[in-house]
This record gives sequence, C-alpha cells and structure tokens, in this order.
Amino acid sequence: MGDCHGCAANSIATLPPPSLNGAPPRRHVVAIVGPPNSGKSTLFNRLTGLRQKVANFPGVTVEHRMGRVKLEQGRDVFVVDLPGVYSLTPRTEDERVTHDVLSGQMKGIPRPDAVLLILDSTNLSRHLVLAAPVLSLGLPTLVILNMADDLKSRGGELNVPELAMQLGSPVALVSAAKGIGLEKIFQFLSGATLGAAPQAPLIQLPVIQDIPKCRAWATHIGNKTGYHAPAPPLWTRRLDAFFLHPVAGPLVFLLVVVAVFQTIFNGARPLMDGVQAAIETSGRWIGHLLPNEALRSLVVDGIWKGVGSVVIFLPQILLLFLFIGILEDSGYLARAALIADRTMAKFGLQGKSFIPLLSAYACAVPAIMATRTIENKRDRIATILIAPFMTCSARLPVYILIIAAFIPNKNLLGGFLGMQAAVMLGLYILGFVAAILTARLLKSTVLKSARSSFMLEMPPYRWPTVRSLALRLVDRSKVFLYRAGTVILGVAIVIWVLSSLPLNHGKPPAIEHSIIAAVGHFVEPVIKPLGFNWKIGIGLITSLAAREVIVGTLGTIYGIQDTGSQQGLQQALHQDLTMGGAVALLVFFAFAMQCMSTIAVVRRETGGWFWPAVQFAYMTGLAYICAFLANRIVSIWW
Amino acid sequence: MMYTCNASGFRNIVRGSEELRPEMQLSVNKSANKSSAKNLTELKPGEAGVLEKLDLPEDDAQRLMEMGFVPGHSVTRGLSAPGGDPRVFRVDGSEVALRRETASRLILR
Repeated sequence: MGDCHGCAANSIATLPPPSLNGAPPRRHVVAIVGPPNSGKSTLFNRLTGLRQKVANFPGVTVEHRMGRVKLEQGRDVFVVDLPGVYSLTPRTEDERVTHDVLSGQMKGIPRPDAVLLILDSTNLSRHLVLAAPVLSLGLPTLVILNMADDLKSRGGELNVPELAMQLGSPVALVSAAKGIGLEKIFQFLSGATLGAAPQAPLIQLPVIQDIPKCRAWATHIGNKTGYHAPAPPLWTRRLDAFFLHPVAGPLVFLLVVVAVFQTIFNGARPLMDGVQAAIETSGRWIGHLLPNEALRSLVVDGIWKGVGSVVIFLPQILLLFLFIGILEDSGYLARAALIADRTMAKFGLQGKSFIPLLSAYACAVPAIMATRTIENKRDRIATILIAPFMTCSARLPVYILIIAAFIPNKNLLGGFLGMQAAVMLGLYILGFVAAILTARLLKSTVLKSARSSFMLEMPPYRWPTVRSLALRLVDRSKVFLYRAGTVILGVAIVIWVLSSLPLNHGKPPAIEHSIIAAVGHFVEPVIKPLGFNWKIGIGLITSLAAREVIVGTLGTIYGIQDTGSQQGLQQALHQDLTMGGAVALLVFFAFAMQCMSTIAVVRRETGGWFWPAVQFAYMTGLAYICAFLANRIVSIWW
Repeated sequence: MMYTCNASGFRNIVRGSEELRPEMQLSVNKSANKSSAKNLTELKPGEAGVLEKLDLPEDDAQRLMEMGFVPGHSVTRGLSAPGGDPRVFRVDGSEVALRRETASRLILR
C-alpha cells in the first residue's frame, strides 16, 4: 500500500511548473494502449487521481480521456486513456478512437510522445500479439504487465529483465488495482518528458498483418523469457458451472432481481422517510427564519418542496446503482450477455447489444455511447434507438411516487413479493418488451442486415471492491444532487414565479387564476384523453428536460396550492388523478423519450438529427397511444 | 507442435453421422464432399481439438485470430448458454463465446 500513497502524493496538485525562458513548456502526451479489459482505465485512475469508469467486462471505455500526472520538480505529463483494442486495425467506433489518437488524427490531442502498453500478465502470450504493432510505431514504450497479483497467486512466472531485453523496451510488472509497482511507470513518464529515444528491439518484429506469425513470435518471446502461464482461474469455472446452469442460472438471476426490487421498495423506505423528515423539518425551520411572506413562499413552498420531493429518492437510486455496480464489477454482465444472445437473436440483435441495454437501466446516455463496441453499423443504430426504452434511473422517482400513491401494498407469492414491487417490475419488463419489439420492427424493415456474428471474451470473475462500489455511489450522488440543484431548482423557481403571477391587488392569485394554470389549461385538451389534468400537463412539459423533473414540478405546484397544510405529495395526487390516469401516466413514462441529454447524445453518435427526430416521434407517439389505451381499459374496472 | 488431438476426437469423427442435429443438416449438406472435416460445434464439453482453418470472411477471421483462434492452436469446448447456443470455447488462455453458426465455420484438424 506504500506505493499507493506514493501515487496519490504525485497526483495532488502542486505549484504550476516553472516555465523555462518564459515560453510555455510543450505538453507531453502519453497514450495508454492495451487489449480490452486489461486495466487501462484502472491504471489511468491510479496515475491521474481521476475517476474514469472501470468495470469487469471488455469495452467499458469507448472514448479517449486525458488526465494530468504530476511528476517530481513540478513537471507534469498528460496521459490519455483509450478504448481497448486487439490490434491497430479498427473495426468498431471505439477502436477507431484508439487508432486516431495513436496516429495523431484525433482533434485536440497531439500525437502521443510515448506509449504505455498495458498487457494482462496472466495471458501474456496472446496479449504480446498486440506488442508487435505497438512497438513498431517507433515511440518510446513502457510495457506494463498488469494483474501481477493474479499471476503470482495462480502460480505464473516470468523473467522481467529478459523480456525487456527481448522487446528493447522497459517492462514493469504491476497491479494497477492494488497500486503495486507503479514507481517504474512514474520513472518512465519522467523520462518520456525528457524525450528519450526508443531502442531497437533485440529481435525482428514480425509483419503486423499476419496474426499467426505475430502469435508465433509471441510464443517465441514467452519461451525465451521463461514465461509460465498461470493455472486457469478455477473459481471462474466453478461459478460459471453454476451461473450458466440451464435451470439454476436463470432461476438465481430471477431471484436476485426480485429481491432487488423488493429492497428498493420496502428496504429503502426507512431511509427515504428519514430524508423526507429532514427536508420537512429544515423547511419549517427556514420558514420561521424568513420574515417576508413572498420570500418564505418561494423558498419553502417553491424550492424546498419542489427540490425536496426529488431528493428523497436518492436512497433508491443509490441502491439500484449498487446492484448494477456489483453486476458490472464481478464479471457477471458478460455472462448475462451470453445468456441473452439467443433471445436477442430472435429479435434481430446480438448478445453484444445486451451490454449497452443493461447499462441503460442506469442511464441511456452512457448506454448509447457503449454501442460503439458493436461492429455492425445497422445493429448499432438499432441498439441506440431502443436503449431509451430501458427503464433508466430517472424514471424511478416517478414510478415510486405514483405506485406508492395508487397501488395497494398487498403481498404476493406468499409475502416474498409485494404488489407495489411487482408493478414496478412489470414496468421494467414493459420497457424491455417495447425495446425488443421495436428492434424486431427495425431489423425487419429499415435496418435489415445479415445476421451478425457474436464474439465476446468472458472475463474472469472478480470480487467487486468496496472502494470501487463506494466511488460509484459517491459519483452518482453528486450527479443526482447536482441535477436537483440546477435543473430542478431552476424549474421550481420558474413554476413558482408563473404561479404567483399576475398579482391581484398586490397579492398572488389563487393558483387556478395564475399564468401557470393558463399554460396548463392550454395544453389540457391534448392530454385529457389520457386522464391527465392541467397540473400533470405542466409536469409533462417540464419533464422534457429530464424525467424526474415532473416530481419536482408537482411538488412545487402542490406546495403552493396547499400552503400551510402538511399534505404529502402522494395524497395530493389523489385529487388530480384517477386510477386510470395514474396507470396511463406510468405507461406514458415507460415509453416517452423525455430527456434532452439522450436526444443530444443520439444526435452526436448517429451524426445528424434524422435518427433522434424519428426516435422522439416514435417514442412519444407510442407513449400517447398506449397511455390512452391504458386509461380507457383501467377506467372500465375502477 | 500441438498434441492435443486425442482419441475421443477420432471416435467422434467416426460417430459423427449418428449425431447430426436437425439444425446442422444445412451446413453438412454444403460440405458433404469433405465430411471428414470436423468443426468446433462437434466438440463435446471439455473436449479439445486443434484448429486447422477459419472458413469465414476476412474481417471475422481476423478478429477471431486476434482473440486467440489461430490455426495450430488447441481449442477446448467450455460451457454454453442455457439452450446450448452460444458456446464458450477456451483458447489460448481466454474464454470466448461464439454462436453456433460461427463455430461451425472453424474447422478442426
């Protein structure tokens, strides 16, 4: 752990480097290159102190990311984290990023001065195949053999100085995850900024395009350097025998999912009540401090109730992210993709599309970026178009609010699953079904293509570390609270102002006579068939920014309406929604594409407005029709 | 170089015709004239074979070779998804999942 402290000390900001002769010193850029899932981002985070996303499956990083590493004497160097590649011939969008950065074609990034080539030491012979094309770039290269801890614990061996001799490049044996052996990397980075020339390798590099020759070369080097591959990961085989079992595997997965939903609904309740009580108490406390009535109304009814009604869902969202984090870090995600491939194939997609779709349960934006790993362009567009149907975490506050208000909490399955959790599970399934049926529609019409091949490397299982899971939750809380403090706060203020105008004899009007009601009544005819009134209409308009904003908006509107009374948002909703309208609202949120960030990222990834426009029209249309039907059908029974 | 082609492998070639599954008929009909060529789908769980060639488009073959499916290397069948497809193959120190249609184009020695 001593090395770990060393690395942290190096990444802590110090004084700016002294510039020689007053001229700005040249930026030195070092690229981190390596096969998928070899630990590039983990190393990047160690070196820079940044928090690039890491997980245990191939293809986590799909973009380049630059970070500064502080060296001794106030010097620094920039390292670039890159998507994993098997070779320097790009076949997917993420591999193209690596290719472009290395060849100096990436905008905003100068051609790298040096390379950190990171290889998995537990599978060196195969990973050395990538060394041939990287070394022949002629840049100073440090060959980093990662996962040294695994190599040792599984009984592998290697003569490091001999390998350095053979390759003509320095070699470091490290564990990026544990922070062991990083001094050598800092030494190399110091040298790279001084412009050391690369040495010629001792042995002739093979012709790069010829993989069998490259592989034979790698074996030759492995033999010369006494490389003993470690024993196969036995635990991974044992776990796979269980998780890929035809009966036990799917059953266990189902049980885990049901347990998670149950926990989100009932287990998080005390936490949620705690946050809610804290918000209410602090609201009253602030109310007493503010002398001016208008100001008190703005802060307590407008902002506190609006923003607070969203913030109380933080515990549930963190619980969901904890579950996704465990799935991703353990290596189970790749198995889920394997199990799902057969089903995905029936709908014209492949198992690789399943990985972005699973990450869309957190948020559609990174999911759409993750489609870069899909080779087939049409498959990729189809996956981008269906990803927003997956139930993202922004829908969670809306679902929980409406379900808790309208669905009775009966026990199903002998108490194992509550009715409320079951309805939420149903909504998740509804989104997934809409996604795959849409994929089927797209793949059999506009995005037809030959059945693409599915090749996916299965990573070994690893224990998710507490540190990595905790970092995910901290980062997520920041994103969530930031959004509450910006978008939702802004919307709350606008709603408060609009509902306090026009002034009537110097006093704010009853909400029915305010500007906000006028706007709401204007859109009401359009949404009336769905069972929504004007207040829900205002919520729908504001939720175009982001889905959870509707909760904040309703919090503000009811906060102003019921000044004084301590009526909760859930009870207040009963005045405005029938059971039919409530179900229609859930269905609407399951299908509609209410998210600016998603629209923006689809435009960027598809290179134009065509696909986001089609997607928005299709999803909104589907949401409207299905919500209409849901309202009609449910209204017959209730 | 590699001596992993074992006795059970040869037995399978002999018994191969009894074990044809309906979904494999097509590919067998296509290559009826070279029925002795065995492909990856014919490996039993845990059984190994030595790769002879990759009968695939250039791009796919290149990618598979990068992932370890290099002619001359030993390939062992691992587990599969429930339903038997896709299957996991152990090759050159890693485990790679392939669909049946891809695996059937990887010819063993």
